[in-house]
Amino acid sequence: MPVSTIPFGPQHPVLPEPIHLKLTVEDEVIKEVVPALGYVHRGLEKLAGTRDFHQMVQIVERVCGICSMMHAMCYCECVEAMMGIETPPRARYLRLIWSELNRLHSHLLWLGLFADSFGFESLFMQFWKIREKVMDLQEATAGNRVIVSVNVIGGLRRDLSPEQQQTILNILDRVEDEMRLLEKPLLGDYTVMKRTKGKGIVSAARALELGCVGPTLRGSGVAQDMRQLGYEAYGDLAFEPRVEKDGDCYSRLKVRYREVFQSIDLIRQAMEKIPAGEIAAVVKGRPEGEGLARVEQPRGEVFYYVKADGKKYLERIRIRTPTFANVPVLLAMLPGMCLSDVPVIVLSIDPCISCTER
Amino acid sequence: MRAETITPDQLVGACARMKAEGFRFVTMTCTAMDENSFELLYHFDKNLELSTLRLTTSKDSPVHSITAVYFAAFLVENEIQDLFGLRFPGLALDYNRTLYLDEEIRDAPFCKNAAAEKNTAAE
Amino acid sequence: MFEQITRGSRVKSPWLLHYDCSSCNGCDIEVIACLTPVYDIERFGIINVGNPLHADILLVTGAVNHRNRKVLENLYEQMPHPRVVIAIGSCALSGGVFREAYNVVGGVDKVIAVDVYVPGCAAKPEAIIDGVLLGLEKFKKLSNNWRGVGGIFREAETNES
Ligand code: SF4
Repeated sequence: MPVSTIPFGPQHPVLPEPIHLKLTVEDEVIKEVVPALGYVHRGLEKLAGTRDFHQMVQIVERVCGICSMMHAMCYCECVEAMMGIETPPRARYLRLIWSELNRLHSHLLWLGLFADSFGFESLFMQFWKIREKVMDLQEATAGNRVIVSVNVIGGLRRDLSPEQQQTILNILDRVEDEMRLLEKPLLGDYTVMKRTKGKGIVSAARALELGCVGPTLRGSGVAQDMRQLGYEAYGDLAFEPRVEKDGDCYSRLKVRYREVFQSIDLIRQAMEKIPAGEIAAVVKGRPEGEGLARVEQPRGEVFYYVKADGKKYLERIRIRTPTFANVPVLLAMLPGMCLSDVPVIVLSIDPCISCTER
Repeated sequence: MRAETITPDQLVGACARMKAEGFRFVTMTCTAMDENSFELLYHFDKNLELSTLRLTTSKDSPVHSITAVYFAAFLVENEIQDLFGLRFPGLALDYNRTLYLDEEIRDAPFCKNAAAEKNTAAE
Repeated sequence: MFEQITRGSRVKSPWLLHYDCSSCNGCDIEVIACLTPVYDIERFGIINVGNPLHADILLVTGAVNHRNRKVLENLYEQMPHPRVVIAIGSCALSGGVFREAYNVVGGVDKVIAVDVYVPGCAAKPEAIIDGVLLGLEKFKKLSNNWRGVGGIFREAETNES
């Protein structure tokens, strides 16, 4: 059988973002995959040389518009730890609430896109309809639908009033109800199972070896979630990572579907326990030394390394995003699969290219 | 931040040891110290604990790639090749400095002596 | 005659192509949000397509960098005349916060001619819909005046149908 090469992307209907994969196929079976990146590379890390460390919050938010809040949170945590700032307890809870809202909308977005990748368009529309509720919540509380710019070093810029808290809870009840209704068409559907079960399998050992993170790792049966670190208020709340055993696309789908409810649950718990008080600490001085921070984003662990020498500008900021860690595992999933499964498998790691390349 | 300092020759051995102990490769960080020397940090994770290996090298003495041990490192090594101009012999999938950058930008933008931030002026 | 029919139907139901040039995703997901039930741009007869040869309107999000500049030029070249380009978000307008980054060329208008600018970071879906409708007006005018000078238009037209 002759071998041919098929380009996938950078402009492809199922991918909202440009990634290019060179697929070597024999008949319809994939033999080898080589990714080509660089369509979204901007060079954000270098901007640390022209923006001071407070302004960098706005830059890191724009690493990725989907999990902007968590990027800023991770960066702030890192700098706060370097400067020895203790954030007020209320700020720790508020950050948790906003980051879980972020995760909710991101997972709903992904569930929709994933449904679209195997051609289930009405489900795509349904998920995005639910997602709009969360987007409205973000707009009502933070003032922007997408870039939830609430973080500053030392705490937050915005507070939630009791009425806003009540609205969040009310709307989340509705979101939960509607999500339950979609369980059967999503997880119980024959076609969905046909398209996702047994596709793109990675074992737990292989996933760990390839440095895989987030729902992709948990879909392979490894219970690792950075929220177990107990950053912000996660340490005070009851929390169990969601794990599935099979390591195929269906498992990853299930993990994310169940994490939607987990996020709703975490927000409810946080609303009950949230203390009153200040929302930001006073920031004096400048960061010095080296710092590391990790946060669980919707796609997995994000890693920040900051180096500073007491000047206004940071010396180095390094961002390792979850998709960056998941690309190697994607290359391991594809060989042996059918060409028509490529979109499904690529989407199953929830690729965020603008994160990957920054 | 705890970090164990090693020399470039010990690197591959140290990574193999990490792998045998069950560490997950997290990422690498490269920082330009001055015009010619770089600091490389290798971050690993096990049970939510981070450990780091630190080594210093110079532009003309390439560091051996660790992709033979941790294949996952190929992306980040390529990235460092692009952005710092440092080379990693033995890289499993070598993009030869074209992972991110095109002909327009040929000198490594992250080096200390990098030319003006921007090549094509935005006026 | 034939030309008139095509022209009329293109104005009535313009097809839309979306390309993401190093956007942070913020504007992207807002563009997709426009296609979903709450904002539903399809009520104007607009359909999102993946093929530049079928598209009348090009939506661009994000700042242009050195690599995707070629892709963008290529897509633009392939689109049949007349065509309208809409730049969405601060990044596409001027480069936005990434303006000074080494790999960023600048706004979309550095590479191709832009007809409508939609500001905002991220641009709200309402603003995007507004921008698309503005673009449509322009598209209407363009197609009425278009006489296929030099055969470019005719050629593109016959290829398409
Ligand atoms: S304008 Fe803002 S939201 Fe849109 S792509 Fe640029 S940074 Fe992202």
